[in-house]
Formats: sequence, C-alpha cells, structure tokens
Amino acid sequence: MSAPQLEILAIAVVTAAGCALVGVFLMLRRLAMLSDAISHAILPGIAVAFFVTHDLASPWLVIAAALTGLLTVVLVETLTRSRRLKEDAAMGLVFPALFSLGIVLITRHAGDVHLDVDAVLLGELAFAPFERFVVGGADLGPRHLWVMGGVTLLNLLVITVFFKELKLATFDAGLAASLGLAPAVIHYGLMALVSVTAVGAFDAVGLILVVALMIGPAAAAYLLTDRLGLLLALAALLGALAAGLGFALAVWIDASIAGCMAVGVGLVFAAVFLTAPGRGLISVLRRRRRQRWEFAQVMLAIHLLQHEGGDEEDEESRVEHLHGKHVGWTPAFTARVVDGARQRGLVESAGERLRLTERGRAAAGRALSGVSAQPAGS
Amino acid sequence: MTLLSDLFTDYTLRTVALGSAALGLVAGALGAFAVLRRQSLLGDAVSHAALPGIVLAFMITGAKTPLVLVTGAALAGWAASLLVMLVVRTSRIKLDTALGLVLSTFFGLGLLLLSVVQHSAGAGQAGLDRFLFGQAATLVGDDLRTMSALGALVLVVLTLMWKEFKLLSFDPAFAGSLGFPVRRLDVLLTTLLVIAIVIGLQTVGVVLMSAMIVAPAAAARQWTDRLGRLVALSGAFGAISGLCGAVLSSLVPRLPTGPTIILVVTTVTLLSLLLAPRRGVLAARLRAARQRRRVRIESVLADLYRLAAQHREPAAAPHDIDALRTMSPDAGVRAGLKQLAAQDLAVADPDGRWRLTEAGLARGRELVGGSS
Repeated sequence: MSAPQLEILAIAVVTAAGCALVGVFLMLRRLAMLSDAISHAILPGIAVAFFVTHDLASPWLVIAAALTGLLTVVLVETLTRSRRLKEDAAMGLVFPALFSLGIVLITRHAGDVHLDVDAVLLGELAFAPFERFVVGGADLGPRHLWVMGGVTLLNLLVITVFFKELKLATFDAGLAASLGLAPAVIHYGLMALVSVTAVGAFDAVGLILVVALMIGPAAAAYLLTDRLGLLLALAALLGALAAGLGFALAVWIDASIAGCMAVGVGLVFAAVFLTAPGRGLISVLRRRRRQRWEFAQVMLAIHLLQHEGGDEEDEESRVEHLHGKHVGWTPAFTARVVDGARQRGLVESAGERLRLTERGRAAAGRALSGVSAQPAGS
Repeated sequence: MTLLSDLFTDYTLRTVALGSAALGLVAGALGAFAVLRRQSLLGDAVSHAALPGIVLAFMITGAKTPLVLVTGAALAGWAASLLVMLVVRTSRIKLDTALGLVLSTFFGLGLLLLSVVQHSAGAGQAGLDRFLFGQAATLVGDDLRTMSALGALVLVVLTLMWKEFKLLSFDPAFAGSLGFPVRRLDVLLTTLLVIAIVIGLQTVGVVLMSAMIVAPAAAARQWTDRLGRLVALSGAFGAISGLCGAVLSSLVPRLPTGPTIILVVTTVTLLSLLLAPRRGVLAARLRAARQRRRVRIESVLADLYRLAAQHREPAAAPHDIDALRTMSPDAGVRAGLKQLAAQDLAVADPDGRWRLTEAGLARGRELVGGSS
C-alpha cells in the first residue's frame, strides 16, 4: 500500500471513530436523522463565511458551519414546539431549504469560488493527501488527519468526562432534570459536538459518508450489546472496520472512495444484522420457529391433560384425532409436534394412544397456571 | 407579458413548466398522506435510494429513455422502503436509524456505480449526474409524457382507494378490525409515494426531492383540517411551486433547478405558517391579544361591580380609579375603563370618578355571580 493510500485510510478510520462516538447518542435519542439534517444544513454557513472571508482555510468557515448546524437544531425544535408541524415534517422542511440555499449561493458565484458542489456531496478523499499540514516548513502529514484526529479526541474527551451525565440524560431525561443536570444544556452540548464533527468530517470525506458513519456503526453495535461503554467502543471499531473494508473495495474496483465506504458501512451492518447473537435476523427467526414448536408441544400436553382420566380419554389421545375436529392441525404438523414432544419427553406412545409423562403433566400444569394466574379480562 | 406568451409558444419553456407542475401536483398530493402518517423522512430515504436504481438501469439496458430510468429508480426506492420496514419490524432498531442507514448506504452504492460507469462508459453516460440536483432544462416531450402518464396513474389509484387510504392514515387499527388488508394497503400507498418521488427526480434531483413531499403538505396543513382539501391544496401548492421554481431557474442563468424549486416551496410553507387564518402564527397572536384585552376589561368591570355592590344605590356610587388599581395591580385599568365607556358599560363623572351604567351593572352581576 502506497503512502497516500495509507494516509487516506488513516483519515477515514479516524473520521469513522469520531462520527461513531456521537452517532451512538443520536441513535439512542432517536435523532439519527439529525445527522443527515445537520450535515446538509451546514453548507450555507460555509458559503456565507467564505463570501465574507474569501479564504477557504479560514477557521471562520468551520465556526460558521458549526453554528448553522446548531441553527438547524433550533429551527427544527422551534417548529416542532409551535405544534404546527410534527418533528419529522419540521426536519424534512428545514434542512433541504438550508441546503438549497447553500447550493444556490455557491453556484451563483461559481466563477469566483473554488467550492465544488459535487465534491461537497460526494467527498474527495482521493485528494485528501494533497492538503498538507505544514508548520514552519516541516510537513506534519495531511491536514484532514490532524483536524479529524483533533475532533475525535475532543469527542472522546467530552464523552469520557461527562459520561455519567450523558448516560442519564439520554436514558432518563426526567430523572436527569430532577437531579439538577440541565438536560437542555447537555442536549445542546451534544448537538454542538455533532455539528463540529459533521463540519470536520464533511470537509474530509463528504456529506453522505458523514451520515453513513454516524448512523451505521452505532446501529450495528446496538445489536451486539446493552452496555453504553461497550456500545461506544464497538461502534467506533465497526466504523473503522467499515471504512477499511470500503477502502479496499474502492482500490479493488477503482470507484468512488466515499461511495465504497458508505457501502462498506452497509455491508458491516448487514452482516451484524443477520448474524448477531440473540438479536440478529437469523437468531430471531430461529427463536420464533422454536417458540412456535414449543408452544404447539405444550398445547398437545394441555390437550392430553384435559382429557386424562375422562370418559373420552381413549379417543381424544389418538394421534389421528388431533388433526381432526379439536386442535385443527394438519397431519404433517401434528406428526412433527408429536415427534418433538416425544423427544423432549413430554409424551410417550402406548399403542395408538399418547400418554403424558410426568414431565409433560408438569409442563402443561405450569402453562395452565400461568394462564389462570392472569387477571380476569386481560 | 413576454413570459406569458413564451409559456404558450416556446417549446422548451412549456415542457419545463408543465413537467414541473406535474411533479409538484403528484408529490404534493401524495406528500399529504406521508406527512399525516409521520413518514416525511421516508421520502428522503426513498429519493436518495433511487440513485443506484437509475445507474443500474442504465448499466443493464444501456438506454437513457425516461421509462427505463424511472423504473430503475422506483424499484430501488421500493426496495429501500421495504428494507426499512424489515429492519424496524425484526430488530430493536428504530425508524429514524433505519431510514438514515438505508439512505446513506443506498446513496453510497449509487455513487459507487456512478463512478464505475463514468470510468468505463465514456460519453454514453453523460447526464446521469443531473439526477443529483435536477435539471429542468433537460426535460423533453418524452419525459413529459412518461411523467404525466405515471402521475395520472398515481392520482387515479389515489382517487379509487380514497376511503381506504383515509382510514389507513387516521386509524389503521380500526381499518384492520373492519377487515381491510392494512399491510397490503400500507405497501400500496408507499408504492404510490415511491412513484410520486421518482417522477420528480430528473427535475428536482434525488438530494432534494424529499422536500417536495414534505413542504407542500406542511403548508396545506395550516389552512385546513379536512383531508380532501388538504390533498387538493397540497397538490396545488406543489404544482405552483414546481412551475415557478423551474421557470425561474430556466430564465436566470446559473440557477440550479432543484434548489430553486425547494426555496420557492419553502417560502410558500413559511408564509402559510405565518398567515394561515386559524393555525397561522399571526392569527394566533391576534387571538391571544384579543383574549388578553377581554380579560382585562372584564376584570375591571368585575372590580367596579364589587365596589358598587357595597352600596345601597349601586348605580349612583362613583369610585376612584386608584381604588380599582389597588384591586388589580396589573397595568391597564385606565385602558380597560375607556373600553368599558366605549361600550356604554361605565361612565366617568366630571370629577374623574367612575361608575357603572345599568347595562354595566347587569353585566357585572353576570360576571361576578349572585354570591357577592
């Protein structure tokens, strides 16, 4: 791997980790789409600051962009609180408007501005190694690596220092308020962090990858753990993995790096979504299937228990009878249920009849007591 | 007036205007349902997700005919919305996260394919990237026919299924209990939304099309509480904004179509939020001011009545304005008295003291009640 490639990969991995850290909180607060909104809406901030300063490297651009990001949050919340629009509609209204404003500003002045709309949207990671961070004539590496390294460290620092507060405000805002933690301050602090991260990352990797890196790794990690600390670490790790995967893909098929990395995020999520232990699609479907069979086996046991010692016991406990009028199962289904119940030792065969074992009687009794223990009418 | 005559004679301008109006109409009408069902951001996901469909359709067929590209876009958008539903139904991941994830991944895939096509296909692919921000000027008769046919189809289905969709939007549980196939209706309505979105992609672009779903409906919602009027008004707002925005962008050089249309429709929405007769901010402010004034007048009247009721001859007992001020320390006693005088409920004596008229006494008795 060549030196520029290594630098691109390093920028992407650091960006992925920084985005994932704030993305986790956005997801937990059900504000994931704010990453989309904020990263689009910072465009007019950048454009206006550029027209004022005429300097693409000016720190004012970053400050203006971060402020526009916060403005987006405030606008969405004002519209929602006015109760004239629901939150999703408010978001869907505000950020396209701000983004449109940014694009119109940029294209109207396309002649004298070196701001390419496509580059903003799609990212130009391929060119990132050309922008160097030079101090006193010494080349210290790509500029974006320093910027995103700083942003990621800032995120890490803030989250570590305010871990307890963030955790409480995220999971129980009411309790946080009653303990005097000022959830509003925490909320806007977090939004400021998201804005700063979006601005830094947007410059380095492009808009769409910011959204992918904030949401995807957090979502994948959420399927793997219930602990916030672990969730943050896993999200950062999965984000870095997705970035690496995407970069390998981009080199291999010679395609857009940002596009490939977004696809990498999708692939990592898809893999976790399918295979996560306990919460992945495969184990969910398996569990649902198993529960279906177990339920049917217990039904069988209950049926047998109901007629045990009764006048019709002989008839009711025949296998053919089960798919007849009372239980209404198909013959094939009945055969599998009886097989399964026999394997689990719930029933045993006695000639053409089925008989409950001690275990089966206990299982049916447990299930029935569970039913009758429910309050009436529920 | 030249613009108006151009609209009828200039072929390009007419195509652009009609096409943009059609896209606004259909997106507005379907958007009303999306906003009501809190699916505003689904439009964002679907429109971004259409990009890989467009590029794939071109890669597979090698054709850029509108029907082919629109079909690809619709299939990809549809797949994206189904994926969102799958993730939300089978895991603990919430709707907002699923939307953002599918949106960015699909769009990333679109960028990937676009860069592959640009490397390999040479000039043949030129113009695919106009789907990012839209370009009204590239609309031709063929596009217009495809858009109108699809749009008409969507509106016809919407009309035929009106009752079902209405029920689905307001009370899906009730619809289910009546035996309507809720799940299938949901998919059908989402499919119509997908078609409404892909119709506009060429003009507005995948990045901003979602706003054409949300903004007209958000504007229309301020003017009415009835579904029929909401859908009609939303369609009208969409059509007018689409038309104005597209014509503006084709007349002014270097004004990209998609963003211009979005800025126009956002302006319409902001004006609606401010000016709508009952829900508008202005109307609400006026109503609050009127309410405050009425409360002030009535409280002064009640105070004056309480003072008068202490006397044997209530009507003949004037009272000092300072006495009233101590009873209602909040400002506005004099203004309240003036308004009472204007309504002939109170009169000022020449010495500046105030008393109630007969009508004022009767009104005061109503306000205070017989108890005091």
